Amino acid sequence: MSLLEARGVVGGYGEADILHGVDLTVAPGQVVVVIGPNGAGKSTLMKAVAGLVRVRQGSIRFGGEEIANRPAEGMVARGLAYVPQERNVFPSLTVEENLAMGAFVRPAAVAEGIARVHAIFPELREKRRVPAGSLSGGQRQMVAVGRALMLEPRLIMLDEPTAGLSPRFCGLIFDKVREIAAGGTAVLMVEQNARPALAIADRGVVLAMGRNRAEDAGPALLANPEIGRLFLGG
Amino acid sequence: MLELLNFYLIPGLVLGAIYALAAAGVSLVYGVMRFANFMHGDMMTWGAYAALVAVLALGISPWVALPFAVAATIPVAWAADAAFFGRLRRAAPAVLLISSFGAALMIRAVVYFVFGPTPQNYGQGLVPPLLFGEVRIQQRHLFILAGAALAALALHLLLARTRAGRAMRAMADDPDLARVTGVPVAGVIRLTWAVAAALAAIAGTFLAIDTELTPMLGFNVLLAAFAAAILGGIGRPWGAALGGLLLGLAEELSSYPFLAGEPLLQPAYKTAVAFAVLVLVLIFRPQGLFRGMG
Repeated sequence: MSLLEARGVVGGYGEADILHGVDLTVAPGQVVVVIGPNGAGKSTLMKAVAGLVRVRQGSIRFGGEEIANRPAEGMVARGLAYVPQERNVFPSLTVEENLAMGAFVRPAAVAEGIARVHAIFPELREKRRVPAGSLSGGQRQMVAVGRALMLEPRLIMLDEPTAGLSPRFCGLIFDKVREIAAGGTAVLMVEQNARPALAIADRGVVLAMGRNRAEDAGPALLANPEIGRLFLGG
Repeated sequence: MLELLNFYLIPGLVLGAIYALAAAGVSLVYGVMRFANFMHGDMMTWGAYAALVAVLALGISPWVALPFAVAATIPVAWAADAAFFGRLRRAAPAVLLISSFGAALMIRAVVYFVFGPTPQNYGQGLVPPLLFGEVRIQQRHLFILAGAALAALALHLLLARTRAGRAMRAMADDPDLARVTGVPVAGVIRLTWAVAAALAAIAGTFLAIDTELTPMLGFNVLLAAFAAAILGGIGRPWGAALGGLLLGLAEELSSYPFLAGEPLLQPAYKTAVAFAVLVLVLIFRPQGLFRGMG
């Protein structure tokens, strides 16, 4: 039984559709990576699932419940956490306050959540009183992912978590993604850094022009010469 | 020296404290809802007249009437949000600004209609100043300073220590991200209006206690409140409060005879000082005086 199941999703911003009937399935505990050229609709698909983009047609079921066009503020309580690509921390709030925001809907879980996030990202412990806006890009990404992990979500969606990060941080983030999935949280990830992302993915989905182009196990997509030529830069 | 303290510094601090309360409210609404709320001055007026009603009806002092002023102003802010701003949530900031100007005129029209244009007061009569040695301080000034300090402390505790306050700051930082983390946006907006209306009602009543009630009471200080908010870095209530204090002091001190017995500036030009300061800040430090100072 799948955790997230999107069928024929059509939607976008204002009048213009960006998604033209996209399908997507994520099973519990799976790492699914979405790749594709710029403008393929990868981020829009995530925002549609998160409730930030209007879905005109199609269905999005999460844990069996229809969630298309439901308010974004209700998603976190369902166990669906989302980390946008940019502006994914509250810059004037401290690291600790950012993490606490991740458990906003369940205040009793704040202390336990912070302890768990510190165990995953020990660097954040010493930075806890620092405003998130003054952190490096890699540290911000840790805060953003940590915030999303606060309530042990069933699915965490990461929009280009390694964008702009040094190779050291990219490797760290991908390691943490596997660690998160091993803990039972499914991961849906959009990545420009497609090769290393597919290498750790259970499933890879290729989008282009708002439509599904290919889908396979991560390593199998990597090994597919046509995919390599068209979407992975040879 | 004593003249400076008694007749310039203390009144400057009092005016500054009132500006600080007004500016904190303006700044809070700007931070959470992203628009310059021109209705704020008339919410001050509304609160001051609500206190007058309580004073006249119950025979209480205006200090005791403060809760009535607050309770009467919050529904006005909520009603304006339900009728106008809530429908324009996604509109450009200029549209919201103009609509808040319209709401301000509506509030003022009601005040004119009910109370007329004649200045009124709370009927406190003359109260002799308190003397601390050579230092004279008006009782009302002492109360205003203490009340403003209490209100600022309460605002600080709300924003820094409570879950609701953290949600307001999160909304001010990034509304979409706040929604994603499960912040009930509509509830935070209602709370923000309540806090802003309370600050406005208190500032308005204090200003009326210190001067007199007129239907233009709040609107006359609105631009100074905006100047203070910009001085402190718009959207940051603490900076706004500090900006208000500085501005009040600057206005009063501008007419002190620093040189040869003549006022530095004729008192009639006092209000221009706020705008001179505002222009200078916008040219040289548009991010506000305190941004980047931790």
